[in-house]
Amino acid sequence: MLRAALPLLGLPLAGAAATEEPTREPGSPGEPPPGLALFRWQWHEVEAPYLVALWILVASLAKIVFHLSRKVTSLVPESCLLILLGLVLGGIVLAVAKKAEYQLEPGTFFLFLLPPIVLDSGYFMPSRLFFDNLGAILTYAVVGTLWNAFTTGAALWGLQQAGFVAPRVQASFLDFLLFGSLISAVDPVAVLAVFEEVHVNDTLFIIVFGESLLNDAVTVVLYKVCNSFVEMGSANVQAADYLKGVAYLTAEMASLSAILAVTMCGLGCKKYVEANISHKSRTAVKYTMKTLASCAETVIFMLLGISAVDSSKWAWDSGLVLGTLFFILFFRALGVVLQTWVLNQFRLVPLDKIDQVVMSYGGLRGAVAFALVILLDRTKVPAKDYFVATTIVVVFFTVIVQGLTIKPLVKWLKVKRSEHHKPTLNQELHEHTFDHILAAVEDVVGHHGYHYWRDRWEQFDKKYLSQLLMRRSAYRIRDQIWDVYYRLNIRDAISFVDQGGHILSSTGLTLPSMPSRNSVAETSVTNLLRESGSGACLDLQVIDTVRSGRDREDAVMHHLLCGGLYKPRRRYKASCSRHFISEDAQERQDKEVFQQNMKRRLESFKSTKHNICFTKSKPRPRKTGRKKNGLANTEATNGKPPRDLGFQDTAAVILTVESEEEEESDSSETEKEDDEGIIFVARATNEVLQEGKVSGSLEVCPSPRIIPPSPTCAEKELPWKSGQGDLAVYVSSETTKIVPVDMQAGWNQSISSLESLASPPCTQAPTMTRLPPCPLATEEAQPFHLPYDPRPSFAFPPSLAKAGRSRSESSADIPQQQELQPLMGHEDRTRLSPRTANSHWCIQFNKGGRL
Amino acid sequence: MGSRGSHAARIPDADSIRRETGFSQASLLRLYHRFRALDRNKKGYLSRVDLQQIGALAVNPLGDRIIDSFFPDGNLRVDFPGFVRVLAHFRPVDEDDSSMRDPKEPEPLNSRMNKLRFAFQLYDLDRDGKISRHEMLQVLRLMVGVQVTEEQLESIADRTVQEADEDGDGAVSFLEFTKSLEKMDIEQKMSIRILK
Repeated sequence: MLRAALPLLGLPLAGAAATEEPTREPGSPGEPPPGLALFRWQWHEVEAPYLVALWILVASLAKIVFHLSRKVTSLVPESCLLILLGLVLGGIVLAVAKKAEYQLEPGTFFLFLLPPIVLDSGYFMPSRLFFDNLGAILTYAVVGTLWNAFTTGAALWGLQQAGFVAPRVQASFLDFLLFGSLISAVDPVAVLAVFEEVHVNDTLFIIVFGESLLNDAVTVVLYKVCNSFVEMGSANVQAADYLKGVAYLTAEMASLSAILAVTMCGLGCKKYVEANISHKSRTAVKYTMKTLASCAETVIFMLLGISAVDSSKWAWDSGLVLGTLFFILFFRALGVVLQTWVLNQFRLVPLDKIDQVVMSYGGLRGAVAFALVILLDRTKVPAKDYFVATTIVVVFFTVIVQGLTIKPLVKWLKVKRSEHHKPTLNQELHEHTFDHILAAVEDVVGHHGYHYWRDRWEQFDKKYLSQLLMRRSAYRIRDQIWDVYYRLNIRDAISFVDQGGHILSSTGLTLPSMPSRNSVAETSVTNLLRESGSGACLDLQVIDTVRSGRDREDAVMHHLLCGGLYKPRRRYKASCSRHFISEDAQERQDKEVFQQNMKRRLESFKSTKHNICFTKSKPRPRKTGRKKNGLANTEATNGKPPRDLGFQDTAAVILTVESEEEEESDSSETEKEDDEGIIFVARATNEVLQEGKVSGSLEVCPSPRIIPPSPTCAEKELPWKSGQGDLAVYVSSETTKIVPVDMQAGWNQSISSLESLASPPCTQAPTMTRLPPCPLATEEAQPFHLPYDPRPSFAFPPSLAKAGRSRSESSADIPQQQELQPLMGHEDRTRLSPRTANSHWCIQFNKGGRL
Repeated sequence: MGSRGSHAARIPDADSIRRETGFSQASLLRLYHRFRALDRNKKGYLSRVDLQQIGALAVNPLGDRIIDSFFPDGNLRVDFPGFVRVLAHFRPVDEDDSSMRDPKEPEPLNSRMNKLRFAFQLYDLDRDGKISRHEMLQVLRLMVGVQVTEEQLESIADRTVQEADEDGDGAVSFLEFTKSLEKMDIEQKMSIRILK
């Protein structure tokens, strides 16, 4: 794949290179002059932006191509691929232009390419983790880097004295120190590129990565000091100068390096930036940063590869190269072991041997070292070419060889991987409690340690910084517990959306395939939701928590209907222009999903937990006896048998089907909803329970296991009350799932057959049914809104799901106020919920029976 | 060495305390000094007031509850062994500790369960073995900033209880409490390095 793309990538490059040539040496052979004259003139104008754009284009193309093949990217880190691509591109450029072009310029690198990466990593650095391990990070960054620089430099010098380095490498002790200082720094770009794919545990990651970020400061300062010494000439350096050097070092440290500054800026501003901007802007900031950093990273690695091709710049000396390689590995390992030993005396959780191995091995060198070595002055450092060659080899070796092998190594050593679990409110709350407890205990013990100062800082932050830096309204968002709560809500909404999307995709109307697909694809989501303990995860939970085969089938059927029935609705939209769904409608749907979700949470949870055993359901006054009888009938006949009857019967689904015309005619009130076309009321699992109860005499009380802990939570929610007044009319606590649908012959058939099986007494074909306005209205009131836009095409779901997600995410802050309101108002309702919720099951059933 | 021994000798029942809590000689000594420093008028025990005088505890949202935990069963004073016993919950767990331990002995005070129990008791004000919604709300009120309204707090409390509640009694029992935290590294999070 790569090969196929290369000619394509090479073409514009070759063109650019070729066209640049003539500007310097006019009349270069082989170029047709007339066309070129015009082109040449334009080229100058656009050169810089054109090149930048070209590089980004090549970089993104390369990324796309790499990611086409999962196998390759899972084995080989992207940085390796990019360097290799850079090598190839460099070769092409060299071949075409006869001259190495587009090298990694130190200026470009330090001013344009590095800052986005560092800012990005600082901004997204888990600050708590970072500060928890600050001591270790600083030790490794400062002491470790100094150690590496001096030992490597000294050892290389020793190597030269011993005669292993060819005499043509003219370098003094200071030169070697200089080289040691630039080669010693672990590179954040390389480390990030590799470690992001390895997923080691958080502590290890933050130590290696934090070190690589911070040690750049030390490296650059050390490099400057050594460089100034070298420029003075070793003969002129007096003992006093060393002292000055130390002073300079300290001064430089105090003013800190730009890299460190940017890191800290990112680290510090995150909290306040995020609190002050809207959710949408936050997303924008996030993606802008990530994109910039990713572009910069790609370009860096590619340019690194290209720069290596230029043989004019480097001179090879095997002794120096091999010696350097050996020394940096050896001294890194030694340094890590020594420092860890010291650190472990002070650490609560000591770093074990495996961690140390990974840390030593993860010391990747990268573009920083390369940029620094390019910056060397050839007149002052005669051995520059050798140093350049050595640096390139070291960088390539660490990035490619170590980058390639670190993943297998991590696996082989069984390094603790990072475990990703979603935050739960409990964890968040208890974590805060623990922090406070520890701070208090430190107070009592009288030892002002880490927790004490962190507590202090937090109080200071709360009192002054936040007041100063945040909008008033942003305080709440900032609160972590609230934040988790808020995010959990959003996540539930998203998973809800995703679920809809997924089912849609998997609905091939092939019933047998359904169970497996559902279980495979959805358990992950379910687990997530269950982990969080949320009761609001709709039907998913039914599948997951209810083990009995029948219930599972019910749920599957439910999904099938819900997914399958949703599809036609899109067609309906496409065909009927009268009910044009505007963006407003779209947003409204999003909101509805949100609100539903909020309500469902409390309601479903309570009702499920508390009402496992209800005795008798109260019929709702509006839907009266006649239907009730039908219901009882249906249940009596169907309550028990389904187990034996097979899949369709077990589904116990009741569908209320309305044709579009009917709806229009009799529902003046339902205009808000009329874009839904036909409505099926699909009820799964719970009828089964209900049946058992209503026809109490005949049925065993379902074992607790059979009862879905949250009887298809989807159905349990109260109708959302959005701002629309007319909808309030329909408010009922009916626990219904309504899936709007269009008419489709096949569907109707299957549905009516289902229905006839489910409710024998019912003779009417569902499509013929014309419900009186009242029940219809109530049903309409709580449609189970699948939150996205109906679309004409059917084969999309991932993208659709994604669209739904982003939308609900982005709209999150808008409905925030609204979503609270229903939640609150909801509580009183939830308190009386057990009964009411159940009663409505019954009623729903009635309706079905009547049909 | 000798001087340490002589210091330790001043601590009453040093050996039995060490056996019970697992503290090293040095930490015990440090705690003893601290105890004496907190004990303002050399009465040999600490009262609530003594602990309340620690400045930072006053601003700690859980400060009162933690002070309370030093005075179980309505006691008004805590002597040195009691003081150390509470703090022993925060001793870091070392591996050889658990492997060497005699299974017949009671769990050491710094075991995961005991650490959790300590935290749990800070929530469970009425000591009924359950964190009710009300108790959760109280803690949340302490922890969450004032910017969150009461209603929002209540919904958070509801959600929190729901999350952990498994048997549907609307409260979090100790078992459910441990379950909700089973993914967390309690041994690490509830330890203070200095208390070896």
